[in-house]
Formats: sequence, structure tokens, C-alpha cells
Amino acid sequence: MIALGQFLEVLIGGLMSGVLYSLVALGFVLIFKASGVFNYAQGAMVLLAGLALVRALDLLVANGLPLWVAVVLAIGFAAVIMAATAWLIERFVIGPLVNQDGLTLFMSTIGVTFVIEGAAEMIFGSDVYPLRLFPTDAWFLFEGLFPGGILVNKLDVWGALIAGVLVAGLAVFFQRTKTGRALRAVADDHLAAHSVGIPISWIWFVVWLVAGLVALVAATVWGTKLGVQFSITFLALKALPVLIIGGLTSIPGAIVGGLIVGAGEKLAEVYLGPSIGGGIEYWFAYVLALAVLMLRPQGLFGERIIERV
Amino acid sequence: MASIARNVLMLAAALAAAALSAPAAAQNEQFIPILSYRTGPYAVNGAPYANGVVDYYNLINERDGGINGVKILTEECETGYATDKGVECYERLKSKGPTGAAFINPLSTGITFALTEKTATDKIPIITMGYGRADSKNGAVFAYNFPLLGTYWSAADLAIQQIAKELGGFDKLKGRKISLLYHDSPYGKEPIPMLQVLAQKYGFEFTPIPVTHPGVEQKSQWLAIRQNRPDYVLVWGWGVMNSTAIKEAAAVAYPRDKMIGVWWSGAEPDVTPAGDQATGYKALMLQHGAGKFPVHADIEKYIYAKGKGSTEPGKIDEVLYNRGMVNAMLGVEAIRKAQEKFGKKPLTGEQVRWGLENLILTDARIKELGFEGMLKPVSISCSDHEGARYGRVQQWNGKAWKVISDWSTADESLIEPLVADVSAKYAAEKKIKPRDCAKET
Amino acid sequence: MLYREAGQFKATYAEDMAIFPIRQDRIALAVLLGIAFIGVPLLASFRIWPFRTDYLLWAILLPFLILALAAVGTNILVGYCGQISLGSGAFMAIGAYSAYKLATGVHIPLAWLGFAIAIPPLPVLASILLGGLMAACAGILFGIPSLRIKGLYLAVATLAAQFFFDWAFLRLPWFTNYAPSGSVNAPELDFFGMIVRTPVERYLLCLLFVTVMAVLAKNLVRGNLGRQWMAIRDMDIAAELIGIRPLYAKLTAFAVSSFIIGVAGALWAFVYLGSWEPLAFSIDRSLELLFMVIIGGLGSIMGSFIGAAFILIMPIMLNVIPTELGLPLSTQTITHLQFIIFGSLICYLLIKEPHGFARLISIGKEKLRLWPFPY
Repeated sequence: MIALGQFLEVLIGGLMSGVLYSLVALGFVLIFKASGVFNYAQGAMVLLAGLALVRALDLLVANGLPLWVAVVLAIGFAAVIMAATAWLIERFVIGPLVNQDGLTLFMSTIGVTFVIEGAAEMIFGSDVYPLRLFPTDAWFLFEGLFPGGILVNKLDVWGALIAGVLVAGLAVFFQRTKTGRALRAVADDHLAAHSVGIPISWIWFVVWLVAGLVALVAATVWGTKLGVQFSITFLALKALPVLIIGGLTSIPGAIVGGLIVGAGEKLAEVYLGPSIGGGIEYWFAYVLALAVLMLRPQGLFGERIIERV
Repeated sequence: MASIARNVLMLAAALAAAALSAPAAAQNEQFIPILSYRTGPYAVNGAPYANGVVDYYNLINERDGGINGVKILTEECETGYATDKGVECYERLKSKGPTGAAFINPLSTGITFALTEKTATDKIPIITMGYGRADSKNGAVFAYNFPLLGTYWSAADLAIQQIAKELGGFDKLKGRKISLLYHDSPYGKEPIPMLQVLAQKYGFEFTPIPVTHPGVEQKSQWLAIRQNRPDYVLVWGWGVMNSTAIKEAAAVAYPRDKMIGVWWSGAEPDVTPAGDQATGYKALMLQHGAGKFPVHADIEKYIYAKGKGSTEPGKIDEVLYNRGMVNAMLGVEAIRKAQEKFGKKPLTGEQVRWGLENLILTDARIKELGFEGMLKPVSISCSDHEGARYGRVQQWNGKAWKVISDWSTADESLIEPLVADVSAKYAAEKKIKPRDCAKET
Repeated sequence: MLYREAGQFKATYAEDMAIFPIRQDRIALAVLLGIAFIGVPLLASFRIWPFRTDYLLWAILLPFLILALAAVGTNILVGYCGQISLGSGAFMAIGAYSAYKLATGVHIPLAWLGFAIAIPPLPVLASILLGGLMAACAGILFGIPSLRIKGLYLAVATLAAQFFFDWAFLRLPWFTNYAPSGSVNAPELDFFGMIVRTPVERYLLCLLFVTVMAVLAKNLVRGNLGRQWMAIRDMDIAAELIGIRPLYAKLTAFAVSSFIIGVAGALWAFVYLGSWEPLAFSIDRSLELLFMVIIGGLGSIMGSFIGAAFILIMPIMLNVIPTELGLPLSTQTITHLQFIIFGSLICYLLIKEPHGFARLISIGKEKLRLWPFPY
């Protein structure tokens, strides 16, 4: 019974932290879907959004505003920052690089990462800034059934709820709104979309903006978890296997990929780790991604890659 | 195309101008390089330390006009806690100033490992106060390494002593479970051999648990701790890893007062992000803690009142700021000691090494320097490059660090054999002939 | 007028197919090699500007040479064969740790068979080359997925190699000879009785390795194998249809590339660092190498060198210039500015010349041919 309780606890904990990776992976998917850019800068965007949010929040609270007003204003401020970033990236990097191959675009986003990291730290500071938007303590479920109960972190539950709402919102946005349809058209074939009168650069701006807002949402959760600080940029590397497993172009895939990675790596770490030296979650997700790719080269939910000569 | 060529040309011209106009160094200056990290994942802890170092050197220049009239010249180089950048910084700065670098202080165990051989060749002492290689305490083999005030092996012993005290005696350690949550790098691995020795001696069960750099993801480690229920968890973290460990501990309801951090896991940036959850968390002290001491009055008067401070005036009593000052002070005193023998002029690294090796700070001298209450007497010699092995324990009460223990001393009878063993291996590997410390003056 | 190949007649096929068919190129190369092999060591031994201190040799030229070699290796895979790899750092690590194990003696106890495999410590040169060979084997192993996975998906798949080996060298104590701190020391660099110690000697050793391997690589890419790689890169299905075996072509590219990267890794550890930990070969190193080949020019050996120089030296220059000019900026601001400017420069270069410096050079050559006339 204890063993079962512990297993469930690790499984649930893993699934939940997987959803938190998905929050970061979603931003990748959005941009890849619409512009074919593999955006390495997503982690840096989470850092930028988080710093803008927490610095504005601290300033507003220090000036005596009630907390909820300050939160709303700070989120607004961070959204404006993300919009400006999206515009700058579209205008100066992605726009001029249209029609280049994927590798060049990928490398250019690493360049963007350097710029964002430097600028964000220069403007907002390189300290650690605590953010407390969600509760971080834990529930202990089924204490009658298992000794000690099953631990579930409240922050993880919030993260899962937010991710659910976010995916639903994005689905509606893509399927039901005019801009969403235009986005899908551009994703399919940007030349054809251009010729029927869809403004490409506007659409790309929108995509980067939405990815920026997703980064902002991720920043609220991860900032509460870690405190807003430079290390948040490392999340990008945690999100990569998630999106490879799910498929680079699928929004539900990002969530499912997150669940698989989270549960897989936590179970592997707790049950396999001690016998081979520990720390295996560092590579486990990547090896899992490699295995999935060998079976399905486009990921679990990705669009089939069709090659023509 | 043409614009690129023009830009490249302009850049080259700017570089040539910079190379030619290298400022002529004044002759009566002692150059001290500062390797720091104010950006990147470890900036949170690196910046306050660097501020303490910089402010203390400035204080010596502003208040005393230098060390016996020899002004201190510094240059900072950003390492980002990366070993390769640290090596580049060292190479860049080692021969600046009239006599080259007096000593180097990389604030990274990884960089220390990479520089140990180079500094011995270049004859520049490497001061690693409270970090670095534990075996380099043996000055006979490591002539240029100075792990002052405490190595990680001393720290491991001090931590176990504290646990024994809390449990009510060393005999109570038998059968207990103690885990080490460590940063998976040379820094975090350094205490493991000592803890294994201690586990064998006292009969407790020791489990090392690695956390991968930078330490943002520790959920599985803490779930394992929740299942294994160790009596104590030692935390050997740096940067974001510390605060994340405290938060995850709170999330799995592991009591914070059963966690003991090393002295690099016991500063303000490690606990404040965790908020109330950090209350009760304990950490070793590298002798000193937070708070203001007589020397801070001078810092305020000569540096901050003139607007020359490197941080906000409210932050000059933090743990890491104080540690930076203590570190700078020991370096300055070593130079002062060396000046007694070699004259009041800029000294070479080799001469400063003599000063370090013969440095003795008595209580009276420490009081004179304004560090009373921060330090116990220090006495460095050829065979003992550590100089002191004292420690205390502090606890975070939600607002400030409070000292909760008396001074204790690491047990040399346990550490010394390990030091002798490991340093002898290093000497054999590197074909170093250990000096005879009895003949050193 | 200076760069004109008129009057250089080629009478045999061999001359036509030479590595450097144009005389001016040969002269330029000879001058460059002369400076590198004779000029630099001479200046450095007499401590003449800019070699007054060891800095230029130790902190710039030595890492430049080794990273350029690694970039050549990466370029073979990414630039010539079109297989994007983010695992170059791991292959450097394999080269470094294999060489370390071989140079200190390998002992594999096979308790269940009742005996142990024991290899006595090998000479340093053999260790370095065998280290490269081990990297090549690992490269083949992690190259197998490339038969099925393509493009950026493959890039992420190679990250599996990166993270797995990072972990293995960190956590499996056998690789570090049970060093308590996990940091290992290079053995003494003994080449047939000559012990390499001073910066100049180290520099010459690396230069020798780099020159030999770069010439071999240059030779390889213009031959049969290189053409197969390029055919695969340009369109793999079409290449398959004209009779090129993708299995053979891709895996040889992985093997050759990983061998060169592995040797570079062993040099990086033994000659440059001297004492290292797995962090020296992290994902950042992989990205850095990828940058070198893209900024330098995909599919160009020369480009790898220029790219390596740019990516290595530019951040250092950006960091040093403000201090040298005496600008009143804090270290923090300088570092942030360095990041911003370096990132912007990379984007700028990618936008202005996506084919890298190598392309700029060939454009330059074209212009030189016509000079002083505009066309």
C-alpha cells in the first residue's frame, strides 16, 4: 500500500510538472506552426515577461496601490513589453530573413536570445525577484488510504488549470477568429496566403505577440515556483523534448508531450535513478524523444512530413 | 556587402587605437584582479560578494591611501561562473600592473581546479576562502593555493558536529539517515569523501543526492527524500538551487530546521525567494554572518557617503557582502605582511605568497581592522594553508539570520589523514616534490 | 591585377583537380602558414608586441586553433552532409575522456567472466588519436537516427547524445578514475620524449594537428566521399535515386566529423584546459560550434576558421574594448552590452549574408579578379 501510494504520488507529481513544461513548449509550437521558426528564444521571453511583470508589480505595490489593481496593471505593462518585443523581432529579424532555411532562422533566434537576456537584465536587474501569485503549499490526499497521503502541490494544480484554459483559448482563437484562420493559412503556405491578401508581416507579429503572451502566462507560474531570475531561461531546454514528442506543430501535442515527459522522467528518476547513479532525468526526456522520433519522425501529433523530389 | 567591409574596418581601427593607447601604469600601484560574476544564473550570489570585495579595496585607497602608501589598482573581469571564461580572465589579468597580479580569487571551485596548475607555474597565489580544493590545505604540495578559513571537508565535519549536538551526542548519530543534496559539479562533490569517512566513524547512513546545474528542477529529488525520510538533509547548493531546495522542501513538508546548508547556501538571496517557507532553515557560517561591524562605519563614511559605493547602502550588511570584505581584507593583510619583508612597494605574486604563508591575525589585530566579532584569529603556515577551522550555525527566522550556536572547530584528526592521502596522490600524479615545511621561514 | 589566373595553364588533369588550383591562393596559404609556423613562435619567444605577455597565445590563439578544428569537424557534418547536429560538444567530451582513460590506463573488471580487461597507459599521441576514434564510433551510433529523422527534428535528437554523455561523464565515476571532485587532470604531454609545456610549444602542437587535419578534410570533401555527402545534403531522395547509399554517406559523415571533433576535444582538454569537468563540453559548446560554421559559411573549410575566430574573439573584444578605452561602465553593464551587441551582430550577419564569411570571401575574390575595373 505504501509502495502504491508512493508510485501514485510520483506519477501525479510528474504529470503536473510536465504540464508546467508544456506552458513553455506551447510558445514554441505557436511560432513554429505559423512561421516555421524554431524559436530558441522562448525561454528568454519567459524571463523578459517575468522580469517586466515582477518589477512593475513591486513598484506599484510600493507606491501603495491595492494588490489586485497592481497585478492587473503589471500584467498590462508586461503585455505591452511583449508586444514591443514581438514587433521588434518581426521587423528586424524574422521579416528580413523570410525564405531562409530553418537552420538560419533557428540560429537567428539564438542571437535574439542573447539580445533579450542582455537587455532584460540590463533594464530590469539581475537579482532574484520573488513573485507570489499562487499558493505554493501542498495538499495531502487520501491520508486515510495511504500513510502520509498523496502529496499534490497547489501550484502544480494551478499550472494545470491555467494550461487547460490556455489551450482551450488558443483552440478557439485558431478555429473561430478571422485572425486565427489567417494564421493557419499563413502556416500552410505563406506565399499563397500573401497572394489572397493576408498581410504576412502583421500575422507574424500577431504570432510572436501570442507567443509572448504565452510566455507571460508561463512566467507567472514559473516565477511563483522559482522566483523570477535568470535561470528561468534554462526552461527552454526542458521544453524541447516535450515538443518533439508531441510534434512541432500540434498544440494538444505540447500538452500530451508534457504529460509523457513529466511522468516518465520523474518515475525514471525515482525508481531507476538510484541504481545507476542518479540525475538521469537530465537526459531521460531526450532519449524518450529520440525513441518516439524513431517510430514517428514527425512526433506523436505532428503533421506528416511529405517529401517530393 | 560594402557596409560590412566598412564596419569591419572601423572595428579594426577602434581596436588598434585601443591597443596603442593602453594607459601607462603608475609605478607605485599594486594590481589585484577581481574575477566576478554579475550576470547569468549565479549573479544573484556573485554580485553581493563582488561588491564587498570592490568596496573594501576602495576603502583601503580612500581611507589609508593604499597599503602603506601603495595604492591598490583593480580590474574586474566577468566570468559568468564558467570555467573557460575564468581561465581567459586570468590570462588577461595576470600580468597587468607594475608587478602583475598579487593574487587571484575566482569564487568558483571549477575555475580553481582549472587554475591550480597555471597559478603554480606563474607564481601567483590563488586564494579560495571557504571553497576550492579541500586537499590544497596542504601547502607543502599546493604551494600557491590558499583555501582560507575553511575547506569543504571542515564544513562537512562542522555540519555533522551540529547534527550530533542537536541529537544529543555523537553516539546518537548511529543508525540515523543523513542525505546530502549537492550541486553536481566539483563544488558539490568535494565534501563527499569526508562525509563518507564520517559516516563510517559514527555509523550513520549517508546518501548523496545530485542536483543538475543550475538546479531549477528538484521535484524528483524531494519526492525521494519524502519517501526515504532522512533525519537531516545537508544542502550544498549555489544560486537558484538553494532557494528551490527550500521551496521544494516546503512543498513536501520536510521540516526546514532539519536542513543545514553549507556557508554558500546561507545568505539572503537563498532564503528570501522562499518567503515564509524558509523560516527555520539553518546554515553554517564561514565564521562571520550578516550584520554591521565597526568596519562598516568606515565603509559608510569613506565610500557610501561620497557616493562611491558599488551597491545600495542598505545592502552592505548582507552575508555575502561581508564575506567579500573578509576575503579582500585577508588579501590586503597578506600584502601588508609581505611588505614587512620585501619593502613598501608593489610586490610580485611570489612575494605575496610569502606574506600569505606567514600571515597571523591576532584578536587585537582583527579588532584594529574593525572585524571584531566577524573573525577568530587566523594563523597560516606552510603546512596549514587553511589558517582557521572555526564555524558557527545560523538560522533564518523569517526576517534575518540569527546565530544559534557557539563556535566549534573542525576535527583535524579526521581531516588531516584524508588531506595527506589525497594531496600525496596529486603530488605523485603531477610529479611535484613536496616542500619540507620544517625548513620554510 | 593582383589576383588573376590568366596565364596559369593546366596541362594535366591532376593540376586541374589540385586542392588549390590558383597560384595566388597557394602563395597566400604559404604566407599564412609561414606566419603561423615561424613568425608567431619567433615573436612569442622574443616577447615582441603583441606577444609581450602569454595572453594572446594562451587565451586567444590556442583556443582558436582547437575550436577551429572542432568547427571543421562540425562543418563536415552540417555544412557538407546537411545533417544538423547539436551534439558536437558531447563528441568533444568523448574524445577528451577516452583520451584521458587511455592515457591513464584502462581497467575493466569483468567479474562474472573471471578476468579483467586491462590496457596499460598509452602514449599521449596514441591516446588523442584513439580518443578521436572512440568519438567516431559514438558518432556512428548516434548517426543512425539520421536515416529516419531529418532537419530540426534531428537536431533535437542529437541533443540526446549531448545530454546523455554530459551525464555519463559527470555521474559514472569510472570515467574520471574515481576522482572525488569529478574533475580530472591531463597527463604530462610527452611526445616521443619531448615534453610540451610552454605556451609556444602547445601552440605549435595544436597548429600541427590543425594543419594536418584541415588539409585531410579539404582533400576528403573534394573527393568521391565529399561529393556523396553534398549530394545527400542537396537532396537526399534524388541522391538515392542516382545510386548514392544514404546509409553509407551519412554514417561516414558522422564518423569523420566526430573523429575530428573528438581529436579537438582531446586537445582542448589536454593542451588547453589541463584540468576539466564535463561542463567544459556542455550544450553551450555545441551551439557555439554550430554558430562558428554558420557564421563562417556552411560547406567551407576556410569558413570554419573565420567563423571560429569571429565567435571566439568578438565577445572578448566587446568585453575588453570599453575597459581599454576607459569608458566609465560597470562590469555588469559591459557584460550586458556585450550580450546585446553580440546577439545583434549575429542577427545582422545572418540577414546580410546567410551564407557566411566564406561567401563574402568568394565575392571578394570575384571582385579582385576584375579589379580595378568594375566589371
